[in-house]
Amino acid sequence: MVDKEELEKIKRKKEEWEVNQRQKLLTKFPERKKDFKTSSGIEIKEIYTPYDISDIDYLEKIGFPGEYPYTRGVQPTMYRGKFWTMRQYAGFGTAEESNKRFKYLLSQGQTGLSVAFDLPTQIGYDSDHPMAEGEVGKVGVAIDSLYDMEILFDGIPLDKVSTSMTINAPAAILLAMYIAVAEKQGVTPDKLNGTIQNDILKEYVARGTYIFPTGPSMRLITNIFEYCSKYVPKWNTISISGYHIREAGATAVQEVAFTLANGIAYVEAAIKAGLDVDEFAPRLSFFFNAHNDLFEEVAKFRAARRMWAKIMKERFNAKDPRSMMMRFHTQTAGSTLTAQQPDNNIVRVTIQALAAVLGGTQSLHTNSRDEALALPTEDSARIALRTQQIIAYESGACETPDPLAGSYYVEKLTDEIEKRAFEYIKKIDELGGAARAIDLGYIQKEIQESAYRYQKEIESGERVIVGLNKFQIEEEPPKGLLKVDPAVEELQKQKIAKVKEMRNNASVKKTLEALKKAAEGDDNLMPWILDAVREYATLGEITDVLRSVFGEYQQQIIL
Amino acid sequence: MDRPIRVLVAKPGLDGHDRGAKVIARALRDAGMEVIYTGLRQTPEQIAEAAIQEDVDVVALSILSGAHNTLFPKITKLLKERGADDILVIGGGIIPEEDMPFLKENGIAEIFTPGTPTSAVIEYIKQHVNRAV
Repeated sequence: MVDKEELEKIKRKKEEWEVNQRQKLLTKFPERKKDFKTSSGIEIKEIYTPYDISDIDYLEKIGFPGEYPYTRGVQPTMYRGKFWTMRQYAGFGTAEESNKRFKYLLSQGQTGLSVAFDLPTQIGYDSDHPMAEGEVGKVGVAIDSLYDMEILFDGIPLDKVSTSMTINAPAAILLAMYIAVAEKQGVTPDKLNGTIQNDILKEYVARGTYIFPTGPSMRLITNIFEYCSKYVPKWNTISISGYHIREAGATAVQEVAFTLANGIAYVEAAIKAGLDVDEFAPRLSFFFNAHNDLFEEVAKFRAARRMWAKIMKERFNAKDPRSMMMRFHTQTAGSTLTAQQPDNNIVRVTIQALAAVLGGTQSLHTNSRDEALALPTEDSARIALRTQQIIAYESGACETPDPLAGSYYVEKLTDEIEKRAFEYIKKIDELGGAARAIDLGYIQKEIQESAYRYQKEIESGERVIVGLNKFQIEEEPPKGLLKVDPAVEELQKQKIAKVKEMRNNASVKKTLEALKKAAEGDDNLMPWILDAVREYATLGEITDVLRSVFGEYQQQIIL
Repeated sequence: MDRPIRVLVAKPGLDGHDRGAKVIARALRDAGMEVIYTGLRQTPEQIAEAAIQEDVDVVALSILSGAHNTLFPKITKLLKERGADDILVIGGGIIPEEDMPFLKENGIAEIFTPGTPTSAVIEYIKQHVNRAV
């Protein structure tokens, strides 16, 4: 970016500065620590100058927002056009309670919904299943049939909101329920906006809500890609998630590498199923974590965008620019929140949210201060949303796209993250791809190593967490935490009984049998699932049919 | 010489958050204990059975979904029914302070919440483990 002569001058000047200024001072005042490193272990130098980024070709590697390789963002105007979608993940207890929380959030200026489901729903158990005991409505809303879904979105026009659903193994069933609710509102599927997470590979390595083995799971995912490209064209059919990989302990570099490796696996599966890359790839979306290491995080988002563009163009020969654009949602890092002095978490979330915005996110969830203790209260959830609004309206961070571009440090870090993440992807390719690397336990092991190292750094005091291993105080236990009413379980059981009494059980049986037959063959399963959902077959009944054909995933236990 | 302390690290319930369980398992192992990890989604029956089969001195339960009040007491009850209530049972995860008295009344010796150093867990186990020497 600077001519050769100028570079030489800078290099000489820097050497002089090193001797005359820095070394002189160091003899009197040594630096705070021996090694300076990012959270991924990338060494941080004493100073960055144009010399450090002299090998980065601006037009080729950085470019302009809205243009390949999208390092500076996926839209030409970024937040000068419109802010990111402020999307707070919410949902607990019954569909009735969650519906109220959604309406409250929408009234407070939130612009998209994000549904949290309880664990039985995520694993395909009805609320009256023995495995569901104690879990109903705890970490999200309990959905057993279309009946609950109708209540969840009651009074919310589905052609006006965009809805993100954190659902993976049974994603096809919940998407079918959403389509069916829309039908009842008179909204056709082509008007629907939203996202299903639908990312099973990261469930095997990090999040744990898998049901079926790898093969049938990948089939369900490609079935959804195909169905949506025809009938629900605005829907984001997958949210390829690094979030949980990072929460499980991965570094920023590993987060990018493992997420993109999973992305590659989905694209390969869809191509293998006969889909054209430009037919489904524009609807792929991503989901990342935002941690405390501000500059590394910004560099991470920029590197991820550049890498995905390159992968889609060079590896998969995509032609449509939209196939190369990495659009992503970000959530601040739950694992960085402390149970100690919980108000400090507001500040952590602010830094993390700023990283996501400087990194050009398309939507954002900010965590609440009390999430290391319980589900957020309404007060805490409001502060979290206000944090985004303050960044948007008051910080000035949104007035020009990619404001940290050209920072010698950030550009160098972006490049370094890209290099290291591509090395991991190469390694995973050599192992036979992400699904195989997961079966071998390679990815799990890498993440666990990082998690254990992080914990040891905290315990040795090498890594300071304010309020946890430094600046501690004596505290009273926090009061007023949100508690889910244990009566939810009973209520849900009653609702299931009522639904089973009111529906046409002969039709349910017929649609379930038809689904079983389709699952045994090669049909796209979406239409069959939709038929069963419309007849009020429960989530558990539909999943059981698929379990009987597909079997269940057996977890790899690696320590 | 003493045989090493044997610990079953177990994940009851449906949540898939096993970062904490695995970090604890590693730390206990590094501290010289023998550690068995059950994996995810274990029922109280499976956990009690594994504890007895593996002849462990300690069961360390980890849960982050909020189902602790239902699942933890079930496990201690099953251990008691099978005459294995000499096993030290401890728990960890996102567990509100106000639930602790109930859990302790139901046989959970100690609860460790986010931010606890692994050294505190190791120390606690060494001091409280019941076993024939």
